[in-house]
Amino acid sequence: MARELIKGNVAMAESAIRYGLEAYFGYPITPQTELLEHLAKRMPELGRAFVQAESEVAAINMVYGAACTGVRVMTSSSSPGVSLMSEGISYIAGTEIPAVLINVMRGGPGLGNIAPAQSDYNQAVRGGGHGDYRNIVLAPASVQEAIDLVGLSFDLAEKYRTIAMILADGSIGQMMEPAELPEMRPIQRKDPEWATNGNPNRPRRQLTSIYLEPHDEEITNLRLLKRWQDIQTNEVRYKEYYLDDADYVIVGFGTAGRIALSAVRAARAKGIKVGLLRPITLSPFPVAVMDELSQRAKAFLVVEMNTGQMLDDVRMAVRGRAPIEFYGRPGGVVPFPDEIMSEIERMTHAKLNSQTDPRMAWLERALAR
Amino acid sequence: MVTLIKPTFAMEQNAVYCRPQAFTDVSTHYCPGCTHGVAHRLIGEVIDEMGIRENTVGVAPVGCSVFAYNYFNTDFVEAAHGRAPAMATGIKRVLPDKVVFSYQGDGDLASIGMAEIMHAAARGEHITVIFINNAIYGMTGGQMAPTSLPGMKTTSSPNGRDVETQGYPVRMAEMLAQMDGAGYVVRRSLHDPANIRKAKKAIRTAFEVQQHGLGFSLVELLSTCPTNWGMTPVDALGWVNEHMIPAFPLGDYKVSPAVAQIKF
Amino acid sequence: MQKEILIAGFGGQGVLFAGQVLAYAAMDSGMEVTWIPSYGPEMRGGTANCTIVIADEEIGSPLVQYPPLAIALNLPSYDKYEPLMQPGSLLVVNQSMVDRLAKRNDIVTVFIPANEMAEQIGDKKLANMIMVGALLAGLPEISLEALETALKNHLPVRHQKLLPKNFEALRKGFSIAQEQMAVRP
Repeated sequence: MARELIKGNVAMAESAIRYGLEAYFGYPITPQTELLEHLAKRMPELGRAFVQAESEVAAINMVYGAACTGVRVMTSSSSPGVSLMSEGISYIAGTEIPAVLINVMRGGPGLGNIAPAQSDYNQAVRGGGHGDYRNIVLAPASVQEAIDLVGLSFDLAEKYRTIAMILADGSIGQMMEPAELPEMRPIQRKDPEWATNGNPNRPRRQLTSIYLEPHDEEITNLRLLKRWQDIQTNEVRYKEYYLDDADYVIVGFGTAGRIALSAVRAARAKGIKVGLLRPITLSPFPVAVMDELSQRAKAFLVVEMNTGQMLDDVRMAVRGRAPIEFYGRPGGVVPFPDEIMSEIERMTHAKLNSQTDPRMAWLERALAR
Repeated sequence: MVTLIKPTFAMEQNAVYCRPQAFTDVSTHYCPGCTHGVAHRLIGEVIDEMGIRENTVGVAPVGCSVFAYNYFNTDFVEAAHGRAPAMATGIKRVLPDKVVFSYQGDGDLASIGMAEIMHAAARGEHITVIFINNAIYGMTGGQMAPTSLPGMKTTSSPNGRDVETQGYPVRMAEMLAQMDGAGYVVRRSLHDPANIRKAKKAIRTAFEVQQHGLGFSLVELLSTCPTNWGMTPVDALGWVNEHMIPAFPLGDYKVSPAVAQIKF
Repeated sequence: MQKEILIAGFGGQGVLFAGQVLAYAAMDSGMEVTWIPSYGPEMRGGTANCTIVIADEEIGSPLVQYPPLAIALNLPSYDKYEPLMQPGSLLVVNQSMVDRLAKRNDIVTVFIPANEMAEQIGDKKLANMIMVGALLAGLPEISLEALETALKNHLPVRHQKLLPKNFEALRKGFSIAQEQMAVRP
């Protein structure tokens, strides 16, 4: 199919339709509203379910109900709305059923603002709701990648009976880029062996997240962790740029990652051997490649649109074997490549030390600015 | 566990009273004398009579009836507290040909789940809700419910519900009847055989409303909680008659013209 | 090759659409492109802007701090972006909406009386297309023909009858900018 110029939010919505979305439940919130609006028009046209719920709480519980029947179901929101959905996310995780969730992040905490941010990283990769579980979290950096990851998220959610979350941000949602949508796939309604779809001629089925006997809940928690081990083994995804001969490694995801790419190119033009690792799966985190890079890199620079959340995962992967620097723009401020370029130059000249806390060192610089 | 008599065996013995096929072979966890058992039985009989056992998905709430999914021999899911109407909406929208019902208590439906129930009714979701109103939180040990009566002593209103600080009981059937999407909203009581028969008829009507695609249907059932009310089961039944019915009058709050035409 | 273009003005001046037309033309010419609007607090107070990046490889940042190419459709945008322009860059200013001369002499500023020209063509909504046409004088990567094709291919069917006037607006903007740029040192 030909490339078309398409907005991230619309692209994700249409992609979900073409990958077989049968039901969408959501609530309006900036900057993801075009996603809901697109589905409001398209889903009824196709005879598929669309409900504008009374709240994000209701929306995620509608997703929960539809997910129990085994169909492809999705919701989308932005940061404050995802907080409201945390309850349902936990229940879905505890019930071990597939669902897809898109978070088009904005500045927070609280009402925050509607500008692009990455401050829900911890909430997303650590699960968000109560209890012992993890979600698959995929971070697109372009409209095309967002389209592709929506398809992947359905496949992964179904394969592992888990939640797959697309963690985008306002600029991915609002940006237009040329991209190719997948062909429309016919809906193939499956009857997974666990689905409570009211089908006759079989023993009844039930789906619940309740395990009143602690030993049963313990077994469930261990089952979830075992599944997570398989996900960690099989599903790590990332993209490398100029890393083959890199002395310095930038790590950034989503919008911060692609902005860092501009800075990396500018630094390369000045002869600085710097490369970029852009994690696509934030959870599972690309630990193995970080491990390998930490044995040959002179230093790392983590760039995020928050105060250093992925930074902690990088620190755990690097394990003190190389100095780590941090540069963040929280609160909905999007960094320019020039800022990251300055950080690269600073890093190449500074005396680096793997003992200092990169977040606090950055805070001092940020406050002094 | 009690050994239960199988319906087939019961029929061979010319039994006049046997376990609905819509029930599983499990004894319930409900306290002796609690009317949850009666409500379950009525639903089971209606499912049997309508022949919809293999075409039904139930949604259990959080509260005393949290284990309802264990007792019905149909597909069942377990919702988060108050969210059963949202979950039922999700199921019904992708499976419009199935019968979807939720079973909810007063804390679940009238307090934490107020938004979900009102909007499910406003949207006219083709689901059936069985609402158990016993004016108290049973599962957590007898706290004040949104439907507790003024002056009623509970563990969280130890001096009696003070309307000045703790507000007034919520009348759900009356409120839900105002929603244009509701096809059938009635209140019945389970305190004596005559009212139980009326309750069963209402449950049947509510399921018929759903099957005919006539909108949201809800049957509120005034029920007992002998344990947390601190009464014998018989006294509890009397208390429903004397105190709850005056506060929650029985009746048909919404019967849409189309629903009035249903014959079964 | 990478070029960044910033377009700014009041809401209702066609800022976002002007940017989209450029983005379509870049895409149809086989280039990579990003278009991103300001949708944040800047939208309040009536200003709108968008940034378009065109390149022949994967685009990194969709935003740029110091643009090499910009269109300012009103005075607030002119005041805001003139100081941020790269040395040697091209700034196309809607002369109909500003009451001052250029403060910088290290950039090329082209003044276009876009509102009056649009009214002459017969539709005051065409000011944005005149400005886009003018910008092309400093953006050889996108031809006038490519832009016209983009308009033809992507203008909604109900607006197709407006194509000839849009083309006229683009060409008039292009030629007046070329004339102004030719007389500069």
